[in-house]
Amino acid sequence: MGFEIMEDIRKDYVYDLIESGKRVDGRGFREYREISVERDVITRAEGSALVKIGETVILVGVKLEPGEPFADAPNEGVIMTNAELVPMASPDFEPGPPDENSVELARVVDRGIRGSKTIELEKLCIEGGEKVWMVFIDIHVLDNDGNLVDAAALGAIASLLNAHMPTEKYGLSGDDTLPIRDTPVAVTTVEIGGNILADPNLYEETAATSKLTVISNADGTLSGMQKSGSGGLKEEEIAEMVEIGIEKAGEIRRKYLVT
Amino acid sequence: MMKEEIQLIKEGKRLDGRGFEELRPIKIEVGVLKRADGSCYFELGNNKVIAAVYGPREMHPRHFQDAKMAVIKYRYNMAPFSVDDRKRPGPDRRSVEISKVSREALDPVILKEYYPKTAIDVYVEVLQSDAGTRTAGINAASVALAAAGIPMKDLVSSVAVGKIDGEVVLDLNAVEDNYGEGDMPVAMVARTNTITMLQMDGRFSQEEFERGLKLAASACRTIYELQRTALLERYSESMGEGEA
Repeated sequence: MGFEIMEDIRKDYVYDLIESGKRVDGRGFREYREISVERDVITRAEGSALVKIGETVILVGVKLEPGEPFADAPNEGVIMTNAELVPMASPDFEPGPPDENSVELARVVDRGIRGSKTIELEKLCIEGGEKVWMVFIDIHVLDNDGNLVDAAALGAIASLLNAHMPTEKYGLSGDDTLPIRDTPVAVTTVEIGGNILADPNLYEETAATSKLTVISNADGTLSGMQKSGSGGLKEEEIAEMVEIGIEKAGEIRRKYLVT
Repeated sequence: MMKEEIQLIKEGKRLDGRGFEELRPIKIEVGVLKRADGSCYFELGNNKVIAAVYGPREMHPRHFQDAKMAVIKYRYNMAPFSVDDRKRPGPDRRSVEISKVSREALDPVILKEYYPKTAIDVYVEVLQSDAGTRTAGINAASVALAAAGIPMKDLVSSVAVGKIDGEVVLDLNAVEDNYGEGDMPVAMVARTNTITMLQMDGRFSQEEFERGLKLAASACRTIYELQRTALLERYSESMGEGEA
């Protein structure tokens, strides 16, 4: 119970600072923490990336294997996205089946990739109606200092971009690069006391009542969005969040995804 | 064989004859369940959902109690027979996520501080589905909460907009959802234009998104009036009975 008091004090601290135009770590309202993306860190995986945003650390691994297609798309590959909030990443995470937060994290990342048709699924058919490539995107959260969605989404697209198809392993022929046609980037902002902050850290995330993730593509179109948290947002606030989303996504894409 | 293409707009009309900015018919009934503290049956076209509210009541397990306010629990559930291919009973990842965002859609209007340490349970059952079930569920739940006498700042109204054949349209049905290019469910406090749920998948330009949000806002105002009327009708009726 004592933690609740600490949380309240922390919330007040975050609020008060923002009122005077400052953030807990001294950043500008639209400024991201330092980002790093390290690719191919897990050689057992077909694609992988270790992403850090400030002190948030996420490892994403992509595995591919042949499997059965869905009945309504017999000639398309299948994407499966999963997220694990590993207990070592936070005192608030517990082992066990995925809770709503990990389900949401996985589904939002999945939505961005699916909505933008990033993976050319029609090229992942091995034998129509029988065998297609299954693309498993597994998000492993290692350290939670807030804004897991942006880190996970960046890890996912970075892993996909350098993933290869394990054709030889399964005795198949064909191209061994995974066909990718877009680069969706997630940008999350929170609203605190009428101010919009990009890339919230854990303190800011707990202090905010509303959070919006905006996923946008190379051409500036939107391919996914998710509001979470138990607050409301005004239309103008959402417009600002979308604008920041598209702008920041462009910067992140140029810096970390263009090879 | 690719997923077959279907022309969803013919001569300026949608396949079910609606215009671009037209809602499906809505039917609201308040107080349809005997045992629940508040309940609501909501139809949106072929969607049929029931919402029930229990509480405020004691929170179990107790360590999930909040010393300062009530905890809202929301369960969105689809009946196995509500969809074409039988849905396996029990929660799946989709319903876990929908339950979360729906709870957060209603959370901002509920005066939770009035009932510390309690739970308010909101149960939404989808009996028949035709795309838009989460929005129908939120509309029903909002009315059921009011019917249960839970103190609220306002009602929440919800609708989805989508993109079919390149056009931004209101309230997709299942065919439009399956063959369309995008879907965007929105919930809001219609009177103050406060958005409490916003999701999107598919592909929208920034301009299409902004237009869609405006379209959703105006439809939410229509739905709000229907919710309000349904509540008023139900309770002016029972007040009349009391006097007689």
